[in-house]
Amino acid sequence: MMANAAKLEITTPGDREIAMTRVFDAPRELVFDAWTKPELLTRWLGIHNGWTFAVCEVDLRVGGKFRFVWRGPDGNEMGMGGTYTEIVRPERLVSTERFDESWYPGEAVDTLVLTEKDGRTTSTLTMRLESKEARDVVLRSGMESGIEAGYARLDGLLGSQVRT
Amino acid sequence: MQPTSYGTTDRRLDATFAALADPTRRAILARLASGEASVTELAERFPMTQAAVSKHLKVLERAGLISRARDAQRRPSRIEGRPLAEATRWLERYRKVWEGNYERLDALLDELKTAKRKGGER
Repeated sequence: MMANAAKLEITTPGDREIAMTRVFDAPRELVFDAWTKPELLTRWLGIHNGWTFAVCEVDLRVGGKFRFVWRGPDGNEMGMGGTYTEIVRPERLVSTERFDESWYPGEAVDTLVLTEKDGRTTSTLTMRLESKEARDVVLRSGMESGIEAGYARLDGLLGSQVRT
Repeated sequence: MQPTSYGTTDRRLDATFAALADPTRRAILARLASGEASVTELAERFPMTQAAVSKHLKVLERAGLISRARDAQRRPSRIEGRPLAEATRWLERYRKVWEGNYERLDALLDELKTAKRKGGER
């Protein structure tokens, strides 16, 4: 395991964006591979609580498509896919994404940026929503900074009286 | 990216987040967290007219974040914890899913690094 505690940072750099930043103790070529090779993707992305990959197809070319389908322990499936629009190995990967049963309106654009320093990689994954209707997702993430910045107090106060 | 609750959409959650997007409404909620207050009391506290306060309260009420007494003349507003707790939980799940993804990725990267060291070029 890594000696340093790797912290996942979630921020909202723009009105339609959610960004997640995380440091990995590995060169960025490996991180890039982990995002783009099916045999590696199937080992980490979205496989939790009994969910595994049923389909993991990657056509890593500009204009090429990817298709991911996860299957849950009860047999339910969740699928998503998109098109790669920019590929600069090992520093940048841009793709569209759309879920079969969308949890947000429209399509999103994901931008993965990898920078390396002293053998460690800072990964920033930014999701940009397409439409005004999709802003609920952005607002959801905005809530986080709201809570963490100034509403810890409100949160704490509510903790004891929350009716669920 | 991945959804945290697979395929579910929750209109109420959307309303909650929309209501919480406004800093004034969050400030009003923060005030109500320490006890109920009437429109007049809130208007005194914030640099706003009573009409403006009422508007914000309506949004908060529609989102289920507050309730207002119907009978009393003051109609004090009171905070309702449940929608806020749901909103917080949503984010916690979202964060958890990605923390999980990235922890698995950590382990995989360790493995790849070792393989690379042992076997030279992959």
